[in-house]
Amino acid sequence: MIKKVRSHITQNEPPIFERSSPGKAAYQLPELDVPPVDAGEALGAASVRSGIEGFPEVSEVEAIRHFTRLSTYNYAIDHGLYPLGSCTMKYNPRVNEAVAQVEGLAWAHPYQPDELSQGAMEIMAALDAALCEITGMDAVTLQPAAGAHGELTGILLVRAALEAQGNPRKKILIPDSAHGTNPATVSIAGYEVENINSNDRAMVDVASLANAVDEDVAALMVTNPNTLGTFEENITQVAEILHAKGAMVYMDGANMNALAGIARPGDFGIDVMHLNLHKTFSTPHGGGGPGSGPVVVKRHLEPFLPIPRLDRVDDQWRWNYDRPRSIGRVRAFYGNFGVLVRALAYIMAHGGDGLRKATIDAILNANYIRKGLEAHYELPHKAPVMHECVFSDERQAKRGVSTGDIAKRLIDYGFHPYTVSFPLIVKGAMMIEPTETESKQEIDLFIDALVSIAQEIEENPDFVKGAPYSTRVSRVDEVTAARKPIVRWTPPGD
Amino acid sequence: MLAACGLESAEDLFSHLPKDVRLERPLAIPPGKSEYEIVDYFRGRGAENANGRASFLGAGAYYHYRPVLVDTVVSRGEFLTAYTPYQAEISQGTLAAIFEFQTMACQLTGMEVANASMYDGSTAVPEAAQMARRITRRDRIVAANTVHPEYRQVLATYARNQGVETAEFGYAPGVGCSSMEELEEAVDDRTAAVIIQSPNFFGVVEEIKPAAELAHKHGALLVVVFTEAVSLGLLEPPREADIVVGEMQSFAIPPSYGGPYAGVIATKQKHIRQIPGRLVGQTKDSNGNVAYCLTLSTREQHIRREKATSNICTNQALVALMATVFMTVYGKRGLRELAEQNLAKSHYLAGKLPQKFFGPFFNEFVAHSVLQSPAEVNRRLAGKNIVGGLPLGRFYPELEDCMLVCATEMSRREDMDTLAEAFLSR
Repeated sequence: MIKKVRSHITQNEPPIFERSSPGKAAYQLPELDVPPVDAGEALGAASVRSGIEGFPEVSEVEAIRHFTRLSTYNYAIDHGLYPLGSCTMKYNPRVNEAVAQVEGLAWAHPYQPDELSQGAMEIMAALDAALCEITGMDAVTLQPAAGAHGELTGILLVRAALEAQGNPRKKILIPDSAHGTNPATVSIAGYEVENINSNDRAMVDVASLANAVDEDVAALMVTNPNTLGTFEENITQVAEILHAKGAMVYMDGANMNALAGIARPGDFGIDVMHLNLHKTFSTPHGGGGPGSGPVVVKRHLEPFLPIPRLDRVDDQWRWNYDRPRSIGRVRAFYGNFGVLVRALAYIMAHGGDGLRKATIDAILNANYIRKGLEAHYELPHKAPVMHECVFSDERQAKRGVSTGDIAKRLIDYGFHPYTVSFPLIVKGAMMIEPTETESKQEIDLFIDALVSIAQEIEENPDFVKGAPYSTRVSRVDEVTAARKPIVRWTPPGD
Repeated sequence: MLAACGLESAEDLFSHLPKDVRLERPLAIPPGKSEYEIVDYFRGRGAENANGRASFLGAGAYYHYRPVLVDTVVSRGEFLTAYTPYQAEISQGTLAAIFEFQTMACQLTGMEVANASMYDGSTAVPEAAQMARRITRRDRIVAANTVHPEYRQVLATYARNQGVETAEFGYAPGVGCSSMEELEEAVDDRTAAVIIQSPNFFGVVEEIKPAAELAHKHGALLVVVFTEAVSLGLLEPPREADIVVGEMQSFAIPPSYGGPYAGVIATKQKHIRQIPGRLVGQTKDSNGNVAYCLTLSTREQHIRREKATSNICTNQALVALMATVFMTVYGKRGLRELAEQNLAKSHYLAGKLPQKFFGPFFNEFVAHSVLQSPAEVNRRLAGKNIVGGLPLGRFYPELEDCMLVCATEMSRREDMDTLAEAFLSR
């Protein structure tokens, strides 16, 4: 039975271009206080365009209605539980938005002199210190713009450090449970990928790892807890195996929200890792960005961090560009500062105890869901889990219903689906991460929904395969979209 | 809930972690603060920055007025707190908005397809270089030294680790546009792409056509970069380019000490399968209604893993939405008027200052500080609550006595007069 939602009316809204007609305007500009300039004379007639063909012309009320109507077609955390495994969709506290808009921060220009940027630099230094304490690492760069960008930065650091020793080596080991960004990053950083298999407990298999590590291996990229939500219980030993051969351990910090306050990567042998501020530290995902992917390292990698570095000289912050061993720049300016502000606000609001409590609540919520669903869905791995749990559609697949179908049916029950078909090592994976910000009430509704869907599948599998039924659009034809891509609006008849 | 899990205490939740990895002390982070204390802290830090001053800085981050509608839209929780629109049926809002962003990016740049945004302009440059390498199967990149210096630094970091050879070519002294003679010497039959920026880092508008001809003569692609999107309200877009790479910050994205911004890559239809990052496509639902979804994801890392076109996962959806709302608010006529105001302001200011280059410029230009050092000019202005221009010596040693000055629709005439005074008085 569907308890959480019932349908309501949404307004139809065409592409903005179809609202356009000449002469309508939503802008006002002040009177010029200087003489006008003839564009043709100043720039040369050939350099001046005749007008932006196709650009919309609408009134202010049309503009606001357009975007408001579109917004109502979205599901968001502000609506309810968003249990995407690995994505860490937790509530985004609004004070973080408010402080990012403080005028002296939002309007700070990246090239304003250091002496007029002390406040911004102080914020970055405070975040540096907090991230080092939380991860047990020694130094940090805030420059990477997102998690995958942080991965690339981290692997380039490994490469630079090995090169400084005379040999960058050839390959990077990646467990088969890893995020797709890991192997993609490794290729871009100029390394070969060698996949290593997980053992029957979905963890890195120590014996086969030991066999795979030789003088050609630059590093292992490991996610901990891994994408099954399981803590790599042999992580210290794993790190020792790599270190013994002069290789390093890179940790994908996507799941740091399962560790903050209870364990620190710096204490279990990690050399370098990235953090996703938009996951663990609650900065809004915004429909797919902006993110921020700081990289934290142990002391031995610090000389290679991107330029510029924040330095304290004569009681003032300043940017230091004189870092001869640096890998260089990975992004213009200093990073996604506005996201850094939000993350620091989150850390300040929680404090050390609050971060630990958030971690524990996230683990509790995930375990509670696992318990509530294990009678109804196949749990392929029985090892204890932390912040997320992964089921498979094995039982439902026998009735012809896949993880993707169950996900679509969840929408009718008023929930965003879990992560579908990932990690790849679980066939028909259903990856569920509730986060700490959900109440027992909301989680119980979610469990009820999945139990109810399991029953529906027993009774009428075809019905579930047609879901969703209550959305504005029914199942979207992604195959045709890819076969004949239409990626921009054109006037009807064009 | 613990009891339901068969546990007695919260500690039992992670008692399976090996003892030696557990943190046995509290984190050394001060106790949680109230909302008021947090707001107060950040206001205090904001006040330590160049708060409330007039500024003539540009150089890749521009001061433009942000229409109120922009924050009204992007602060809606439905946009702010949604994830990447993988589940199309409940993400049509984000998808439709990105589809409009892609369309407007095409209209603006004169290209046929644009992606759903990149991290920023600087990181979009190496992505475009990669794209050119895949298309041409060549490994050499030639860039004008009038491309934003920090963008070139980012390109160098990527290139160094990918076995890509890079070369630079200079600018015509006096004019300030990139030298076609030097480009002719630099480009060869191993070149995958020629990269130029227009308006370039000096604010000078480049001629695209001759650069395109030289690149194409050698079978290389032309990549044109823009950092000042408002210029495209007035300037002929680089239609002869094969790839256009840009930074959308000028479109209502706060300068925010350097980020988050939103980059974009636009190109010709024939290269659509080589474009990195997310793309939204139009399709139909099972009832025949128009619907949108992420598409061509077989290019992407979550499907292709190590064979993907890029490792990029996140785009800048919310920031791109700011730009989309901005373009909607200003529209066809407004963006042109806005660009005309920028042109008028910068030319008023340029009329009062000695200029280093005589090439045509849009809203920033290189001023030659004849009487005192650029640092001294800025020191004088600081006393008048004005942040001056960017001294160029740090990027171009030969321009040590020059500064890059930018004037936009937000520059007041009296502040420009004050700037000129500081420049010209002994």
